[in-house]
Amino acid sequence: MQNSPLELSLLSVILFLITAAIAPMLSSRQGLLIKLSFTFSSVSAFIAAMSGFMSVSAGTVDRITLLIGLPDLPFYLRLDPLSGFFAAIISLLGFFISIYSIGYVRAFIGHRSVTPLVVFYNLFMAGMLLVLLSDDAYFFMVSWELMAVSSFFLVCFEDDHAQNRRAGFLYLIMAHIGAVLILLSFGLMAGFANGFENFSGYTFSAMRYSHMPDVWATVAFLLAFFGFAMKAGVFPLHAWLPEAHPVAPSNVSALMSGVMLKTAIYGIIRVAFDLLHVSDWWWGGIVLIFGLISAVMGVLYALMQNDLKRLLAYSSVENIGLILVSIGLAMIFKSFNMGVLASLALMAALYHSFNHAMFKGLLFMGAGAVLHSTHQRNMESMGGLIHKMKWTAPLMLLGCLAASGLPPLNGFVSEWLTFQSFLLSPALPSSLLNLLIPLGAALVALTGALAARCYIKVYGVTFLGRWRGEHNTVIQEAGWAMRLGMIMAALACLALGVFPTFVIGWMDVIPEMLVEAKISTSANASGWLWLTPVAAERASYSAPLVFLGVLAIILAIYKAFRSKSMPVRRVPAWDCGLGGLTNRMQYSSTSFSMPTRRIYGFLFNIKETVKYGVNPYLPMFNNKFIYHLKIRDRIWHIFYKPFADASFWIARRVSRLQHGRIQIYLLYSFITLIILLVFA
Amino acid sequence: MINEAYPVFMESLQVIMVLVAAPLLVGWIRMLKCWSQGRTSAGIFQPFRDLSKLFIKETVLAENVSWIFTATPYIVFGATVLAGAIIPILSVDLPLSATADIIALVAIFAIARFFMALAATDIGTAFGGMGASREMMVSSLAEPAVLMSVFTVSLVSSSTSLSHMAHTLTSSPIVLRPSLAFAFLAFVLIAIAETGRIPVDNPSTHLELTMIHEAMILEYSGRHLALIEWSNMMKLFLFASLGIASFFPWGIAGADNIKMLPMALLALALKLALAGIFVVVIETVLAKMRVFRVPEFLGFAFLLATLGMLSHFILE
Amino acid sequence: MNASFAAQINSILAAFILLTAFGLLVQRRVFGLLHIFAWQGLLLSISTAIVGYSAGLHHLYISAVLTLSLKVIVLPWILYVLIHRLKIHKEVEDMVNIPTTMLIGIALVIFSYHLTAPIRELSTLVTRSTLAVALATVMLGLLMMITRKKAVTQIIGFLAMENGLFFAATSATYGMPLVIEMGVALDILIAAFIFGIFFFQIRTTFDTLDLKAMEKLKEEE
Repeated sequence: MQNSPLELSLLSVILFLITAAIAPMLSSRQGLLIKLSFTFSSVSAFIAAMSGFMSVSAGTVDRITLLIGLPDLPFYLRLDPLSGFFAAIISLLGFFISIYSIGYVRAFIGHRSVTPLVVFYNLFMAGMLLVLLSDDAYFFMVSWELMAVSSFFLVCFEDDHAQNRRAGFLYLIMAHIGAVLILLSFGLMAGFANGFENFSGYTFSAMRYSHMPDVWATVAFLLAFFGFAMKAGVFPLHAWLPEAHPVAPSNVSALMSGVMLKTAIYGIIRVAFDLLHVSDWWWGGIVLIFGLISAVMGVLYALMQNDLKRLLAYSSVENIGLILVSIGLAMIFKSFNMGVLASLALMAALYHSFNHAMFKGLLFMGAGAVLHSTHQRNMESMGGLIHKMKWTAPLMLLGCLAASGLPPLNGFVSEWLTFQSFLLSPALPSSLLNLLIPLGAALVALTGALAARCYIKVYGVTFLGRWRGEHNTVIQEAGWAMRLGMIMAALACLALGVFPTFVIGWMDVIPEMLVEAKISTSANASGWLWLTPVAAERASYSAPLVFLGVLAIILAIYKAFRSKSMPVRRVPAWDCGLGGLTNRMQYSSTSFSMPTRRIYGFLFNIKETVKYGVNPYLPMFNNKFIYHLKIRDRIWHIFYKPFADASFWIARRVSRLQHGRIQIYLLYSFITLIILLVFA
Repeated sequence: MINEAYPVFMESLQVIMVLVAAPLLVGWIRMLKCWSQGRTSAGIFQPFRDLSKLFIKETVLAENVSWIFTATPYIVFGATVLAGAIIPILSVDLPLSATADIIALVAIFAIARFFMALAATDIGTAFGGMGASREMMVSSLAEPAVLMSVFTVSLVSSSTSLSHMAHTLTSSPIVLRPSLAFAFLAFVLIAIAETGRIPVDNPSTHLELTMIHEAMILEYSGRHLALIEWSNMMKLFLFASLGIASFFPWGIAGADNIKMLPMALLALALKLALAGIFVVVIETVLAKMRVFRVPEFLGFAFLLATLGMLSHFILE
Repeated sequence: MNASFAAQINSILAAFILLTAFGLLVQRRVFGLLHIFAWQGLLLSISTAIVGYSAGLHHLYISAVLTLSLKVIVLPWILYVLIHRLKIHKEVEDMVNIPTTMLIGIALVIFSYHLTAPIRELSTLVTRSTLAVALATVMLGLLMMITRKKAVTQIIGFLAMENGLFFAATSATYGMPLVIEMGVALDILIAAFIFGIFFFQIRTTFDTLDLKAMEKLKEEE
């Protein structure tokens, strides 16, 4: 293989585009279309993943200039370790999901044509990869739009529900507001790079070497941060996320939640560290605070949900928040020129990006399998699926463990790295930051514990207990393609959790490039078994030993205490002697989250009503309780509704220009022409 | 040769000691409690008898439960024993103590709790879910306080590795530190909440409305129950030892020094006996509080830990 | 007892004074408050004595004794009698948001640390680091007066504020001149008596000591 990583990833982009182009030709034979196109997508995703991995391990920077596009504005492409890393994450999960989709998408046959799904799926993958490859603002925006628009069509795939169309519309609007902010930020940077008169400053390399005045750099950073935050679903800009992610087909939700949000993270890192070279510490402070708010609010909202996919979507808000917390810390450390600590925090952010992609992909795939077999997303009418879905249940358990940040799975490694970088914050020279940053660490700890609570609810209500829904529902296990996709994602979670030293050694080149310091020399100093971020005396964690230790002890006691001679008897569960336990008497999702509603209720708009009828025979005892609970986003009323109302108001005013008479429209054009000629 | 075998010997000695001494500590607490209430106690060895009785009893499972329910006692036990191998109880020089620093140790306890809560929801009755929900509420509220107290302790020794923390404290001259005092107070409150003692939870209640931990393990029987009870005893023992190792490590055996071992054992026994008296005094003086007063209790723990952190920066 | 040990003891005492200030903020029961207040006075008086010892300033001993007698014995006793006469010793204040109050308190401590940073740089006294705690105690006392509804608890908040001021004087400049301290002590004593008389008046007018009742005093619209 003599091809450079960049050529390989371009090859995979071309393959995706070809697949998208060919798909409509096969639309008459849907079964074949699904098999062929998703096999193609998985192959090209695999190629892209390889190119990403190679680019990070080699640590090289490749550049290509494509002479297409507008005259004098060629497309610049570049693959450095940072974009290579994100390309690896995106296409690795893309690979798993493409295999999963072979099974999952078959469920749509007979209901609707899957051709648009196939076309836009491939365009979406290509768009995400191009975002990472682009090295100029123009091409970046084109790829960004390709990604946004194709994902919009994927969200609206099942467009016969009004709710789905509404979600898609909201998504499209917010994605474009974000895109405008990013565009403005790029415009500023390009202007300062090479003057506002000519256009040659639009390449990233020109921006990288320009020196902006501090004020304008701050403005550019804030514009880019909020633009990308819109895409990443950072609280309070998250409103589209819990609407759009659940209504998309599950394989698409897995991609959107798992990796599309990561392109925004990529954008933030690229702009903050590479293009603008963090200067003030409070940039990091802003990122840190928004990260903390999203983390806590995201997990609290997730705890309140009864819809499985909506819950997972809110959990993505939380995880994006955690990633931003680490990025913020890295920026603070960087602004004080503390290279090693900055690289530790950045490593935590990148590691968590990888982890979140894997476990959230796995969880959404599992949710898809559940949806596929039960035809519903409401957890309140599920339960006991572990008895019916022998494969999905343990895989989902691994996903839940990883998402709750429990060792030896991957979620814990990045959480641990985040805590280590928090614990090193007393080295900062600012006394105010010394006092304030630990409070942030406490919030991260709260988030972690609430996430565990949330995933116990997910697993306990969906997979454990007894079936809560209607009787006689037939539940089938997912097919082999779906299982294979989930198994690979679960193995990735386990591998990332048990062998962190290898992963850190692999991706250490990225912080070296961005903050000029690396941690692998100290992190792997005591051998591959021990992860010691700064020094062995400071802190150490050995994931393989935790994994093997727990496993060995479990096996030993199992051997010692499990006696074959004593039979295990099965009896009905204890019913307090009343008799007649029914499935409706189990703790439900709503009741599980009751303590959360009670303790953190002031953050939400909660309406709880109980209606009951009076029993004519026993007036002291009411019967027929009807419990009604409504939880609304406070943010919606404060933040979004005024904007929505204002835009409708303006739209109504402007609509007076519409008359429907062709002469009037010609008059408009004529007036415009006259005005232009006067001023030209 | 001796020098190489020493850490391994220490490690195995410690694991055996955790297994054996945990029921003894519980027996001691129950005995003191009996005395304080004017009852005749069943002796310090009663927990052993209870455990051996449970081990030979028949195991009964609820109809609905899955493999999660049967695997949980083993996982809980495994995680607890692993934690017991990591905390420096007898010596600062344990080969496994670098496996996890204090943050990872908290997470190892969290594995046990996670599976316990899952097993509780597996039964499919209201009790299990209620216990799981409450237990996770308590633990999620305790977590910020845990981290803040870890933060404070790590400020003093600039490390989160337990062995290194104990070593720093024993090898430096004794200094009065308000930050450590606060962190210790916070730790006591957290330990009470995490081990399910009065006033947060009552380990000997089976009243529907008040139980937290007991509600989760209501359906366990036979050897499963024995394993869970045993790990629960170990958890109490380990929290006591954790407090001793991070705040009062004086007397612990240093590296490569077998002569200090008898001293270390004696000091440990003495400190644990005192801890037992302390637990009994608290449980006799205080009453169990309402579930929704627990946020205030743990909020106070967080306040103490934060004051510890602040006073390190402000006063030291 | 050498100087560094005295400084250590002093910082421990400062830490515990801060803790009692938080205790006052979150305690629901009236008697509990009284106890915490007495403890705060005791810690304050010990701290003053230690500062007097380590700085060799003998007038601080008099201040310490004055604090001990006034704030640990006389004032709590007056309040105790008052509470018994008014028959409010079983009252429990309903406070909803204790965790939030605590968080605001923590923020105030950080703020006062930030505020006293320049003074800390300039000062050379051994007690300079406790200045932040003293300022925080004042602010926490004020916060207590803001969050409480009952008249008695507001008085305790006011007295806690005075404790903070006294502590600040000791740690910033090794105490105020003795004459001023005596004057302040007398003021507080008289204030306590006046408060007592006021309480009886308030209760005969409104039948309660809940300050919510005073909202009736506003102008009719």
